[in-house]
Amino acid sequence: MPPAVTLMQTEPAEFAPLLRMSGISKSFPGVKALESVDFAVGAGEIHAFLGENGAGKSTLLKILSGAQAPDTGTISLDGKATVFATPQDAQRAGIVTIYQEFTLAPDMSIAENVFVGRELGSRFFVNHGLMEEETRKISRRIGLDREPSTRVRDLAVAEQQMVEIARALSMKSRIIVMDEPTSALSRSEVEKLFTIVRGLKAEGISTIFVTHRLEEVFEICDRYTVLRDGRNAGAGRVPETSIEGIIRMMVGRDVGLLAHRQGSFTQSEVALEVKGLNRKRKATDASAIELHDVSFKVHKGEILGLAGLVGAGRTESARAIFGADPLDSGEVIVGGTPARIASPSDAIAQGIGLVPEDRKQQALFLGLAIRTNLSMAAHDHISGWGPFISAARETALVEDYRRKLNIRMTSGEQLVGNLSGGNQQKVVLARWLALRPNVLIVDEPTRGIDVGAKVEVHNLLIEMAREGIAVIVISSELPEVLSLADRIVTMREGRVTGNVPGPGATQEQLMTLMTMSAPKAA
Amino acid sequence: MSTTGSPAKATDTSFDAFGFIARFAPLIFLLVLMAVFAIVEPRFLSSINLFNVMRQVSITGLLAIGMTFVILTAGIDLSVGSLLAFAGLVAAAVAKGGMQDRFTVGDDAVGYGWQLAALAAIAVGLAGGYIQGFAITRFKVPPFVVTLGGMSVFRGAALLFAAGGPISGFDKAFTWWGQGKIGPVPVPVIIFLVAAIVAHIVLRYTRFGRRVYAVGGNPEAARLSGLNVTGIICSVYVIMGFFAGLGAFVLAARLNSAEAVAGTGYELTVIASVVIGGTSLFGGAGTIFGTVVGSLLIGVLLNGLVLMNVSSYIQQIIIGVIIVLAVAFDTFAKSRRKRG
Ligand SMILES: Nc1ncnc2c1ncn2[C@@H]1O[C@H](COP(=O)(O)OP(=O)(O)OP(=O)(O)O)[C@@H](O)[C@H]1O
Ligand SMILES: [Mg+2]
Repeated sequence: MPPAVTLMQTEPAEFAPLLRMSGISKSFPGVKALESVDFAVGAGEIHAFLGENGAGKSTLLKILSGAQAPDTGTISLDGKATVFATPQDAQRAGIVTIYQEFTLAPDMSIAENVFVGRELGSRFFVNHGLMEEETRKISRRIGLDREPSTRVRDLAVAEQQMVEIARALSMKSRIIVMDEPTSALSRSEVEKLFTIVRGLKAEGISTIFVTHRLEEVFEICDRYTVLRDGRNAGAGRVPETSIEGIIRMMVGRDVGLLAHRQGSFTQSEVALEVKGLNRKRKATDASAIELHDVSFKVHKGEILGLAGLVGAGRTESARAIFGADPLDSGEVIVGGTPARIASPSDAIAQGIGLVPEDRKQQALFLGLAIRTNLSMAAHDHISGWGPFISAARETALVEDYRRKLNIRMTSGEQLVGNLSGGNQQKVVLARWLALRPNVLIVDEPTRGIDVGAKVEVHNLLIEMAREGIAVIVISSELPEVLSLADRIVTMREGRVTGNVPGPGATQEQLMTLMTMSAPKAA
Repeated sequence: MSTTGSPAKATDTSFDAFGFIARFAPLIFLLVLMAVFAIVEPRFLSSINLFNVMRQVSITGLLAIGMTFVILTAGIDLSVGSLLAFAGLVAAAVAKGGMQDRFTVGDDAVGYGWQLAALAAIAVGLAGGYIQGFAITRFKVPPFVVTLGGMSVFRGAALLFAAGGPISGFDKAFTWWGQGKIGPVPVPVIIFLVAAIVAHIVLRYTRFGRRVYAVGGNPEAARLSGLNVTGIICSVYVIMGFFAGLGAFVLAARLNSAEAVAGTGYELTVIASVVIGGTSLFGGAGTIFGTVVGSLLIGVLLNGLVLMNVSSYIQQIIIGVIIVLAVAFDTFAKSRRKRG
């Protein structure tokens, strides 16, 4: 159990940091990811760990958790020097990491996931009853309201994250490391997570918290550390700084928070219209979300925001339009003519692109080069003679988007799996931009992207709209939708609940539309 | 490097020695093995013996090229040996002018000539591959099961077709494809190397090749990128069938005979060649260069063991152990790379 900490509110980390990492350096072939980085966390402290995409945050945390070895540098816990050769070492010392990408086994139960590798019971037999009992105790502590025998596959993302937290707590951790825990959560889920983290703090457990949503830092964190290009760029107490100050440390210059669309859109031709999309839940896939009579239009050059809570059916609508999931009924009309879209390749042939919400599962080929990943949907634009791909055109394409999106990479030959999370997202975006679609649907386009890059992505979407492309933006961040969209469609439980002009709309108005009952179809 | 922002700093100091060794491990192992055999058994390095090794390798090597496509999509084809036997018999029958005339010999044979024989072998291979590819993609039966079935079906078909005996004795023009030489180089070796170069170019530089890697790397992402995933998977089995047919023709030409038990156990050698060459059984990673090296490695190993009078039973054991070691090494190298 952690030592009792009584005076943490006043000055937690200045005097006796629980954890101190000093002079940490780490190189990968061709990249210096960390250069002599110092990092200290006090007991019972919520510590924001910040930096641009590729700054080296995940790398430092992997070193802390024993998943990677540093080239140089030392780690001390409670003032005693330690070495974490394996994740087990770190866990035994009370440091548990929840990675940017979850590591749960989807077909095992909550209890089995919580105790995986440390099953309770006798030497040979697992005591399921005991494990479920223990899991239930921990779940209650963090407000996870699910039977411990539930399969993880059937949980929402936020609940899966709570399972990760439950696992961390079951290990009697003193420091819980969370790499971008909020990027996949809706606002209300974030609030729930913060309640849990505050509870942990009251128990004296420290949290290291990586996020690209800087408002969250001021909401919950005590101290912060900022990295820039693998070096320390600043650290201190959160109340003594500001968002602008942190951004300056992160990027080394001033950046606006959100790009603003200047109401430049004037009604023109309808690029895409969907009418009465319906999908019933199949017995084989009980967790699927139903669609009821989803209809909306988007014009050429318009940015349409799709707002709703998790499970509202935004992603499902997008996937149905794109031909990724089958529909029971409904019409998709592209440029005035009804289109038959049975597969993503049909959709692409109609000029529709979709940036899916889960880059790792649905978009990236982690074992392939950036070049290959980036050009995958645009082979028609880079073809050379006969069946060949023109290397010159492909290189030019990659170079073009590397510059436009400021993708941080060593070369096009680098494996996409070795990029930082945010830079991976940029590669996915580039793939769809390279296709030059007429209608582009982007599902959570800025998930895991840093502040600077976020503005770049927003500007890019605005630029695309200006060129006459119809853009549909799905986002859980209302400010993002509000700042970009010409028109906003709200959804709830698979139904459209509102369709309002973007300029002039407010967060409160949208929240009401997103949470109120839909006018039932007659 | 970019002019705006601050890209990751490139350093020349950190040469990734481990990555280098992991990447060229099969080649290094091949050279070491050759050196050892050369010292222990001087006959090994004679040019006759070396070309002999290459010629022996060329048939399974051809199959291994096809198998590389299949394994790149995370598939497997166990039916190669059986399909090869069946295709070889059909080709032989065509060369002989039909089953009635199958006992005429050599240049007296009345048959349809090697051109039609080769076409027949390849047609049988393509058809066999297509049927299996269709079953895999259309009925969603795992490749392991479909081709395990195919292994039995094609072997049965071969036995039925041969009606109990081999078909032997072709004209010179036919056997040239297996026994002839261009300069000092055996014809099968040339066929193998040309096929390897073409396959390398297809995988490396064409849209199709890209898509094969993509489908193996992440099928869902491939589908959402607009790729015709089922079409690509089906086509790799057709390609495998093509190489089984081509291999059947060359083998019949080399042995001047086709028989129903030809190619027994080839699936092991072929899959081993591909895997030892570094192609991942999980799909999405691998090269034709690796497969060629893997094929040579197995060929050299077997040849050296024969020269050293090691029994064929022990050879089997050694090959089996090496496959497991190769996969274990690959997995180890990957986790090493991840840990950095
Ligand atoms: N295994 C690896 N091989 C090569 N380069 C790597 C590897 N892992 C990380 N890198 C590189 O190290 C740098 C730091 O990456 P890291 O993942 O730590 O960034 P990050 O700060 O977590 O970014 P993000 O906010 O986008 O998640 C990047 O340039 C990345 O490409
Ligand atoms: Mg990261």
